[in-house]
Amino acid sequence: MADTDLADRLKAERIALALRLGDTSLILAQRLSAWCGHAPELELDLALSNVALDLLGEARMLLTYAGELEGKGRDEDRLAYFRNTPEFRNVLLVEQPNEDFAVTIVRQFLFDAWHLELATALTGSADPRLAEIAAKTVKEARYHRKFSTDWMIRLGDGTAESHDRVQAALDDLWIYTGELFVSDATDAALAAAGIAPDPASLETPWQGFMDAALAEATLAKPQGAYMQAGGRDGHHSEHLDYILAEMQVLARAHPDARW
Amino acid sequence: MATATTAGAGALERAQAAMAQVRDPEIPALTIAELGILREVAERDGGIVVTLTPTYSGCPATAAIEIEAQTALARAGLPDAQVRTVLSPAWTTDWITEEGRRKLTEAGIAPPQKAAGKAALLGLDPEIACPHCGHAETEKLSEFGATACKALYRCLGCREPFEYFKCI
Repeated sequence: MADTDLADRLKAERIALALRLGDTSLILAQRLSAWCGHAPELELDLALSNVALDLLGEARMLLTYAGELEGKGRDEDRLAYFRNTPEFRNVLLVEQPNEDFAVTIVRQFLFDAWHLELATALTGSADPRLAEIAAKTVKEARYHRKFSTDWMIRLGDGTAESHDRVQAALDDLWIYTGELFVSDATDAALAAAGIAPDPASLETPWQGFMDAALAEATLAKPQGAYMQAGGRDGHHSEHLDYILAEMQVLARAHPDARW
Repeated sequence: MATATTAGAGALERAQAAMAQVRDPEIPALTIAELGILREVAERDGGIVVTLTPTYSGCPATAAIEIEAQTALARAGLPDAQVRTVLSPAWTTDWITEEGRRKLTEAGIAPPQKAAGKAALLGLDPEIACPHCGHAETEKLSEFGATACKALYRCLGCREPFEYFKCI
């Protein structure tokens, strides 16, 4: 059906994609926001809040788009505040707790390297809306990756303690990186239509970036083969329940409240 | 009573004049035109359409700027003018006008380098001159400043800290 309008083509798949990417950026933004007022120094407070803001902006655009495609009158707020845990489609990596600064930076570094590859590929999407959102994201993600990579190097190639803590965080979070490159039927359909890259195709450049950055940071790349996945299908860790409880409580207590 | 679509004679000029007065709430030294986020003021199908574009995806000033634009248009007698935000093409610091760059420097904010993002793309730190004393040697304190669009620097000559409007 070559003549089918893009508006109808692969609608369910495009909604799934917008939710997966939108939820991923939303949950990480929420995690990073928790550092506001608590980061090790003022500049980091500003940096983590800034990155959170960029990701929140991206999430808003993606969730708005998902709601429009769905056509049931759900806007960004409805989707962010009134869905339950199994309806969230974020990858598991971003819902992992902040813990200490090393864990937060490692989580960010693993995410940023993937996020930039993905956004870069999406700028060529056959779906113009996704392409224009990605065009904004790519400029911001470049700064994010530089920030987290600089800190990986500073901590990894720093004191014995900073090295050990960042290595431990890397070893712990590594099992959540496999999910970034999983391809399912939805991804295959979107890739075939030129709407999104096949996630698996992002792995080689991501691994290449990991190798170079981790070598410079004097960190060992984890070799474990077991990977945890499921977030993109709504199977989450208990951490997401707590994130949502905090993020959604106000909107649910006062459903029609307006600023 | 005026009809909903009309803007009437001279409407475009009034809209343009009104929009030329709208300032960025975070950097009030600059108008949104000088900042390059006012993309178009046009007359379409008898109505006025103003097109804006955000700087950063999450810039909290975006909504405030839309409201200010709508208010300015209403004050100019154009309450029915439509203000819309587009993402594409994505804003770049290259759209800041020469006048805007001059005003940034006056406000103590180093203007972005031209050909946005080339240095960032290569992972290089740009060389930024101090907006206070013009000294060439400065150091970056933080890639992220008080707003999404600025980084924090310090002059190694006069020792004053300053903000740098970073390239995207």
